[in-house]
Amino acid sequence: MAKTKKKMPGLNTTSTADISFMLLIFFLVTTSMDTDKGLTRHLPKPPDPDQEDATMDIKARNILYVRINAAGQLWVEDEVNGPGYPDIRELRPRVKEFVKNEQNLSKWPEKHVKNIDLLGQCFVTDKHVISVQTDRGTPYDMYFQVQNELVAAYNELRNELSKQKFGREFQYLNNEQVAAIKQYYPQNISEAEPKKYGGDQ
Amino acid sequence: MPEMNTSSLPDLIFTILFFFMMVTTMREVTLKVKFTVPAGTELEKLEKKSVVSFIYVGPPTDNLRAQMGSSTRIQLNDRYAEAREVMDFVAAERRGMMNQAEQIISIKADQRTQMGYIIDIKEVLRKSWALRINYSATQRK
Repeated sequence: MAKTKKKMPGLNTTSTADISFMLLIFFLVTTSMDTDKGLTRHLPKPPDPDQEDATMDIKARNILYVRINAAGQLWVEDEVNGPGYPDIRELRPRVKEFVKNEQNLSKWPEKHVKNIDLLGQCFVTDKHVISVQTDRGTPYDMYFQVQNELVAAYNELRNELSKQKFGREFQYLNNEQVAAIKQYYPQNISEAEPKKYGGDQ
Repeated sequence: MPEMNTSSLPDLIFTILFFFMMVTTMREVTLKVKFTVPAGTELEKLEKKSVVSFIYVGPPTDNLRAQMGSSTRIQLNDRYAEAREVMDFVAAERRGMMNQAEQIISIKADQRTQMGYIIDIKEVLRKSWALRINYSATQRK
């Protein structure tokens, strides 16, 4: 009755690799690896129905008008340069000049002293507004390019300031430093019609 | 000659498989509109996929053009919709989110879309308190 123990045959696993290969290929086909990118914007809060007059009163010198008509033409006006049809490439330097107001011109955004953490006493133009208006027929691409240029102008200004103050580019700053820079150059892009008063002499 | 031991090959492939499952996302909707998003330079990545909802804007795809015409349409989930329906869409998307305050609406619109459609969508988004939006775009050098 001596039975020799039979050796158990191993399961043939040669095809497992093929099966998992097929799974892998299935996933490669049905999924997409592309990371979504885009221009992030914040919309203003919805108008309060209880509040009748929600329009802001802004001095004319603080507003830079950027309008795009149905033909996709850009139209820019501020108190110094007056109205004109600049090329899209001229928009970025103009916005930078306007927001900075280095010479403290009386027709560009008013400057006042503001106490900012980490930066101390600063002379800022945080009351400026860039008013973007579009027609219903404006091509979306043109609107997007204008928004892109505006954000680019702000990013360049912030970068310059952060290099000057902290010696690093804006994207490498820590949270407090970012908050300080953002207080110095807040993004005031408005898509509503601001009412203006004064300064039209 | 001894055969090569391939018993670890499936494990290897499984590892690659899991890697791909982690880094990729399933395509959620079948697109019914055609669009080429604009190109920009100041783009940010959409990091948290779980709080992002997409609104597609563009003309119907080629195979649907015979029935739907070629004027601009808005697509929410798997169907065409009107701008005012965006409100329900936003609310429904928000209900399924963990961090409702972080909701981001990504607008994937064709370059040639007229701003009227975008203005309407933005107006409804404002009313729905979905204030963080993202204009989807490709990176330009």
